[in-house]
Amino acid sequence: MIPGAFDYVVAKSVPEAISLLQEYGDDAKVLAGGHSLIPLLRYRLAAPSVLIDISRIETLEYIQETDGILHIGALTRESELDRLPLIRNRYAILYETAKGIADPVVRNWATVGGNLAHADPANDHPATMLALGANFVAEGPGGVRSIAAGDFFTEATFETTLLPGEILTEIRVPAPGQHSGGAYFKLERKVGDYAIAGVAVYIDLDEQGQVRYAGIGLTNVGPTPIKARAAEQALLGHVLDDTVIRQAADLASAASQPYSDTRGPAEYKRAMVHTLCTRALKKALARATGGE
Amino acid sequence: MSKHSIHVTINGTVYEDTIDSRTLLVHWLRDVLHLTGTHIGCDSTACGACTILVNGKATKSCTMFAVQADGRDLLTVEGLEQNGQLHPLQEGFHEEHALQCGYCTPGMMMTALGLLQSNPQPSEEEIRIGISGNLCRCTGYVNIIKAIQYAGKKLQAVEQSPVAAGEGGGE
Repeated sequence: MIPGAFDYVVAKSVPEAISLLQEYGDDAKVLAGGHSLIPLLRYRLAAPSVLIDISRIETLEYIQETDGILHIGALTRESELDRLPLIRNRYAILYETAKGIADPVVRNWATVGGNLAHADPANDHPATMLALGANFVAEGPGGVRSIAAGDFFTEATFETTLLPGEILTEIRVPAPGQHSGGAYFKLERKVGDYAIAGVAVYIDLDEQGQVRYAGIGLTNVGPTPIKARAAEQALLGHVLDDTVIRQAADLASAASQPYSDTRGPAEYKRAMVHTLCTRALKKALARATGGE
Repeated sequence: MSKHSIHVTINGTVYEDTIDSRTLLVHWLRDVLHLTGTHIGCDSTACGACTILVNGKATKSCTMFAVQADGRDLLTVEGLEQNGQLHPLQEGFHEEHALQCGYCTPGMMMTALGLLQSNPQPSEEEIRIGISGNLCRCTGYVNIIKAIQYAGKKLQAVEQSPVAAGEGGGE
């Protein structure tokens, strides 16, 4: 299949990308790893008249942990999250997320920033970043600003709160505390398919083992990535026992808005959110308490 | 639609061409350069039949525009054989009977090469994960895994052999 006609321009730096975005406006689409966008173009589900290729801006490919924050350059390839001991050892939730995205060959090109900015509810990083309470750095004509993951996705599918002319340049994840842990559980029919359902969970416990931070994000069970706020609230101040975990899973399941399709009926998907949320909370608890 | 002059190294040979922005890399390789060892299977980034190496990274060439390959170094299945000698992966696929219809084979070998370059002695599980983006509809995975293990051992042996090390001392 051959995409529709478009003009292609390369941005060699972030300022150049911003000025090209200003020049071409809504007709332009940013090309990063391309592994969501190019299939859309091939199927002619998207038909931008200009592609701005930012994938050669090497200064946006990095992962470093400094001052209690993990900084991920927006063009960091998923294969890097899969490969780096820092991620495997300290950010198990990110490692689990990355190794479940598409397949290893796709992960050589697919970028973390693209997975987020594409804002597909079926993408995996949105749920994880919602759970982690990440912040996103956006650069545009008006300068640099930070957007909380919870404010990044809108009520509309494939839409973010990035302004015209802005691009996502960095993802900032809080470094793990002494008693914190997370997990991402994804149910998929086969490698490379989108999730039937996915649940990301991150918790931080105080010295008494009570939850002082909880984040829960849901993948592919609604028109947008979903932050299960009521479920998060239900965990705060509690020790995670079976009753509390069940209440949170009930609320996460209620927050999902799945529709029936070839991956299963809506009722089944809601049940899977419940199961995955329960498992993810138990795994996160084990990790937060040194059990893993 | 914009047109672009590109300069791409493929299997050690430099190719220059002027192409449309929308030309997919796999179409340029097959239809223009007639490097038809790289196959098209699903056309939807699922099957891996079009896998090649781009700057050493396994890449589905149906999911990259030819213009994106500008200035880069590519290896396709045609570049595996050297001086009439099969590459250890090709030899492994032959010895272990790792192909039936053969359609997935070039992509499997290129993905395996990318895997072996980063992990020279992968376990069976690591190989299974490594080739999980490449589909064999004959379902001959067991022998494909054996072939990749064969190649891993052979490549390791070549590297450790003092004679080969002496010959390749220029590296």
